[in-house]
Amino acid sequence: MNGVHDMGGMHGMGPILEEKNEPVFHHEWEGRIFAMNRAMGAWRKWNLDASRHSRELIPPAEYLRMSYYARWVAGLVDLMVQSGLATRAEIESGVAAAGSIKAVPALTVDKAVTLVAKGVPASRNVNVAARFQVGQRVRARNIHPVGHTRLPRYARGKFGTIERDHGVFVFPDTNAHFVGEKPQHVYSVRFAARELWGEQAAPQDSVYVDMWDDYLEPA
Amino acid sequence: MTPEVSQAHQHEHDHQAVPSEPALRVKALESLLIEKGLVDRAALDALVDAYENKIGPRNGARVVARAWSDPAYKQRLLSDADAAIAEMGYGGLLGEHMVVLENTVKVHNLVVCTLCSCYPWPVLGLPPVWYKSAPYRSRAVIDPRGVLREFGLELPQDVEVRVWDSTAELRYLVLPERPAGTEKMTEEQLAALVTREAMVGVAKVSVSKAGIAA
Repeated sequence: MNGVHDMGGMHGMGPILEEKNEPVFHHEWEGRIFAMNRAMGAWRKWNLDASRHSRELIPPAEYLRMSYYARWVAGLVDLMVQSGLATRAEIESGVAAAGSIKAVPALTVDKAVTLVAKGVPASRNVNVAARFQVGQRVRARNIHPVGHTRLPRYARGKFGTIERDHGVFVFPDTNAHFVGEKPQHVYSVRFAARELWGEQAAPQDSVYVDMWDDYLEPA
Repeated sequence: MTPEVSQAHQHEHDHQAVPSEPALRVKALESLLIEKGLVDRAALDALVDAYENKIGPRNGARVVARAWSDPAYKQRLLSDADAAIAEMGYGGLLGEHMVVLENTVKVHNLVVCTLCSCYPWPVLGLPPVWYKSAPYRSRAVIDPRGVLREFGLELPQDVEVRVWDSTAELRYLVLPERPAGTEKMTEEQLAALVTREAMVGVAKVSVSKAGIAA
């Protein structure tokens, strides 16, 4: 979706504020919502792409106003309500509905430790042919999906070169909407900075964007 | 950059930004999820502890120091980052597919995630606020030299800047240039020089600046 989260190339966002000796979490609740996102993800009612999309769906003015972890609260609440893990009434009251069945947590301490150490690979060991070769000239498709996509607006319609083939990965545009993983090759595509931004960019500079086969067409 | 005033302002802004009182809201949410048996409090504690106390940029700094000290390791790191990082005992969540980018006299790499906040957790920990913020995400791709200048790094015109937008599940770590005058340093001493900013590509490693505390 053409949301405000897709901010590459925007102006007017202000100076970059670097904080010396920044803590990992600025408030205890940030750590708790971070951990709850991981623990609730273990129920496998959604996936990483759906989780990202839940935050993209926050209305633009709110998205910009909210702190980072406040977006995580909003995203998690929406995912839980949509998947039926909790109702909005329960979340507002903080109390489980009368007669609701108590579950056994999906993520135990052991599993949390394993999750952190092993991760959740998004690559897929399936035999899918690469549509493009390293060194090939390509064009990022000029598409504007209303759902989730990882094709940033600034690259759409632009010409680039396949720099590396990273292998086969889950496709976010379908996976976020639970309509299949559609595994396909992901490439680092090199775009000359001038192709993206015109004469203001330095001639030798470039931007590398990771792109799935479905984002590309031959140039 | 980084005046204390700005930080104070940022904090103030963050507090105003949240719609309801987030601490209370999140506390209520945690109680509810525990009551429903959906989460285990000890598992939440373990996750917070992992990223607050165990996983952070010290890991990446050790990888960099090893690469500076051992040319064969550096080659492995650049050709198969996952395996080379695993050799050091690191890897896992949000670092399942790593790529290491070497900065040289001629090439400067800079990492961003314009769409959200993708960052190589196992080697750098969770990202700082500036990395996740709109100013950095919006400008790193269109004006990387201006962004670097804001971080105090003026690159010569003939240096090639490569910006890596983390749009997929690849996670990027910059291998900074080893500074001059460090030839006699041990790996441990070298690691102490390497900052998180240098491994994102918004700074160089310098001998004079303090690195990450052990």
